[in-house]
Amino acid sequence: MEKPGQPLFLARASYRRRRVADAARLVPFFGVILLLLPGLWTTTAGSMIYIFTVWAVLILAIGALSSRLRGITEADQEASEPRRDRPPDG
Amino acid sequence: MSFNLLATICLAYVAVLFAFAFWADQRAASGRVGWLASPLIYTLSLSIYCTAWTFYGAVGYAARSGMEFVTIYLGPTLVMVGWWVLLRRLVRIGRSQRITSIADFISSRYGKSNMLGVLVTLLAVVGTTPYIALQLQSVTLSFDVFSSTPGDNLREIAFIVAIGLAAFTIVFGTRNLDVNAHHHGVVIAIAVEAIVKLVALLAVGIFVVFMLAGGPGPMLDVIAASPIAEQTIQPERWTVLIGLSAMAFLCLPRMFQVMVVENSDERHLATASWAFPLYLFLMSLFVLPIAAVGLNVLPDGANPDLFVLTLPLEFDRDMLAMLAFLGGFSSATSMVIVAALAVSTMVSNHIVMPIWLSRQQGGATVSGDVRKVVMVSRRISIAALLALGYLYFVYSGGSGALAAIGLIAFTGMAQVIPALIGGLFWRGGTRVGAAAGIGVGFAVWLWCSFLPSFGDASLIPASVFANGPFGLSFLRPQALFGIEGLDPLVHAVFWSLLLNTVAFCFFSLLSFPSPLERLQGAAYVNVFRYTETAPGWSGGGAEAEDLLVMSQRILGAGEAQTLFTGEAQAQGKGGYLPDVTPPFLERLERELAGSVGAATAHAMLMQITGGVSVSVEDLMRVADEAQQILEYSNQLEAKSQELGRTARQLQEANEKLVALSVQKDGFLSQISHELRTPMTSIRSFSEILMQGENMSPEDRARYSQIIHDETIRLTRLLDDLLDLSVLENGQVTLNYSEVTLGTVLDRAVDAIAHSSAGIQIVRDLQSEDIPLHTDGDRLAQVFINLISNAQKYCTVDNPSLRIVVGQEAGRPVVDFVDNGHGIDTDVQSVIFEKFSRGSDPRAAGGAGLGLAICREVMKRLGGGIAYLPGQGGAAFRVTLPRTQAVAA
Repeated sequence: MEKPGQPLFLARASYRRRRVADAARLVPFFGVILLLLPGLWTTTAGSMIYIFTVWAVLILAIGALSSRLRGITEADQEASEPRRDRPPDG
Repeated sequence: MSFNLLATICLAYVAVLFAFAFWADQRAASGRVGWLASPLIYTLSLSIYCTAWTFYGAVGYAARSGMEFVTIYLGPTLVMVGWWVLLRRLVRIGRSQRITSIADFISSRYGKSNMLGVLVTLLAVVGTTPYIALQLQSVTLSFDVFSSTPGDNLREIAFIVAIGLAAFTIVFGTRNLDVNAHHHGVVIAIAVEAIVKLVALLAVGIFVVFMLAGGPGPMLDVIAASPIAEQTIQPERWTVLIGLSAMAFLCLPRMFQVMVVENSDERHLATASWAFPLYLFLMSLFVLPIAAVGLNVLPDGANPDLFVLTLPLEFDRDMLAMLAFLGGFSSATSMVIVAALAVSTMVSNHIVMPIWLSRQQGGATVSGDVRKVVMVSRRISIAALLALGYLYFVYSGGSGALAAIGLIAFTGMAQVIPALIGGLFWRGGTRVGAAAGIGVGFAVWLWCSFLPSFGDASLIPASVFANGPFGLSFLRPQALFGIEGLDPLVHAVFWSLLLNTVAFCFFSLLSFPSPLERLQGAAYVNVFRYTETAPGWSGGGAEAEDLLVMSQRILGAGEAQTLFTGEAQAQGKGGYLPDVTPPFLERLERELAGSVGAATAHAMLMQITGGVSVSVEDLMRVADEAQQILEYSNQLEAKSQELGRTARQLQEANEKLVALSVQKDGFLSQISHELRTPMTSIRSFSEILMQGENMSPEDRARYSQIIHDETIRLTRLLDDLLDLSVLENGQVTLNYSEVTLGTVLDRAVDAIAHSSAGIQIVRDLQSEDIPLHTDGDRLAQVFINLISNAQKYCTVDNPSLRIVVGQEAGRPVVDFVDNGHGIDTDVQSVIFEKFSRGSDPRAAGGAGLGLAICREVMKRLGGGIAYLPGQGGAAFRVTLPRTQAVAA
């Protein structure tokens, strides 16, 4: 039964998956920007703490995304595997 | 700790590694791969990025330049974090194209060009040699720390280490010819070493922070107070180094080997994407503390590259020092093993094999074991590479900081990047462009980075540094085009990659790619869209047997035969030899490429098949976006046309059905008419007989005769109808036998002879001697029908029938021509229809089924019957089935 006020869009799961992939594409760009900043600073100890913090955040972020993307690659491979294995003239 | 004890422990450690590698190989050989191919092992194997340079050198680097050391880890971190964009693509291509090395990857992308393979191989050899020297140097120096007489026997130690490493690599790296079959032994050994070096560095780091400095807080104070704190980050070096290490991470031969070639499952990347950055994070966490404390505690002039080792020794922690030593030893050995393996594969596939192939006069099919050639060439390459590294170590005098040499090697391999990235994302990149880019980059790197690394006055005279070669000041190695003041590394990276990229783009835009290049380009760029590649072999002159002979020599007899029988079965054939179809050639090429590289495999197949043809369809399939949309809409259009056609066909079928229904009605009414006429006369005459008691016997006999005749006619009509229906439904059984045309005609003429009053039959007996394989009775039936027709309808005074045997389009034909009036043109088209009678009123004797039956019989016999106009009388041509075709 359709409840009033529920979004019309039905393919929520695949939409979510594609956005996760988008997020995974963005992570390295944020990483580049954040990690180039220390070039502008001077203190060694401070930049050390900053860099290791950013580093840890990047690891956590991609860790969270990758566990979801792993599912996509699986689905992706299952979808493409039969195509690869079928006889070429079939 | 005595030097001898150290050597013993070292040997024991190597023995353990051997045991692990051997065990893993045995396990994999018996098919129990299991966790040998797990994401964890994959991640750990990536750690060969952390060489001795990282293990010892990072601390030295930090002591000299502060935080800058961390750039070497940040680049790979960014690449791993961005795995979804780049690495996934790389790994997918590597697996689908069965890539064996970075050189193979580039050569395969640009039309399987071996010229590019050679270029990248050269780059790899030149770039890897100093790197191997660096590992030898660090192991040697670390041994030296424990030596009672420092500075002695350095070369001897390096020599022994080099030989040991060569032996290990040869034993576990060249056991298996198919590079894609994964070197489980080597990978497990690397994974063990990865754990050892991480544990060792963490142990030293924890010792330093918590035992020497007294916790994280005081540690920061120590760092702030040390000379390191005065080192500032130079923005341009910072940026360039992050970029450089990211590029090197992608295309160093050893990294490509573990990351792409040894990858057994794309999903491992998902785990490695966070686990490997975590590994790097842990590896670099304690580098700065160790450097700061080392500078603080150890005497001035102590080599900062060895702080990891000398700090525990200073505080008499022998076991910790031992662990640190093993960590450094692990870093060095794992790097050398994989690098030697990767580079030797390139050398054998791109340099030795092509030369060997071109020297084989008889082409790829002559006898001789290719496997042996490949194996021997790989083993020799491994030994030669280590020898080169040793020589570099000896002649560079172990000079220079470790980090500097590492960065020079990085810059060298990074010259592959424009061609690599361009090849992955830009279909317009061509072979010429890639060769130009790599060539230019290589040259600039040699001039600006590699040659100067031997020292100011050794290979390049000081005057050249000051004034440029031949006084051309814009070519000064460290100030190209007069731009001075740049850091030498930044200068070299900037100019080499800039000129490289410009040359790649410029020549790509100008040149025109071959069809194979375009196909491969599309296969790389659209790897997620097309899973199949399309090299487009034309089966041509290749014999399956030749191919089998060649494959056996590369893949081994058993494996090649399995491949061939499997393919034959898939084609629905028995035995060992499948048909040489283009898909089979494609598959075979991929299998061979897994052993000897794409370019060599392609060249070998070319020798046998005589060539590759790229069909227009192949090109269409991979044409650019707009073209694809166009193609798609064309397909849609074709589909809708097809639908329209089907609709029309349905309509036609419907019309036919309606017509058939009308025909059926007509047939029914006609048949009732045919049946009614005799029935009417039978009824009326039988009524007369019933009522006429005083009828004369003559009348009775006459009337009975009429009834009898009518019954016979009725029976004949029903017989004919039955016959026709059987013939039309194809239920008739034909009794084929060997007859001659003459005998069949004889039978027909004899059968009709008793009633053939008046018609003269003219035959040419000689021409009738044609052997036939057919149903003689049925054929005679047709002839009888035709002769009796002539008898009935030929109304001239001296009727005669000519039976002429001839040939038409290679098939025997028999013409029945009488001298009567013939058949009117408007009736000719319907005489073969049921119940059609000529306009002749005397035809009442027949039901009009004779010719219809003739036509059906001839159709069943594989021949035909037609009216032959223009012969002066009625003429029918019976076409007989082709004799030899029927006999076969």
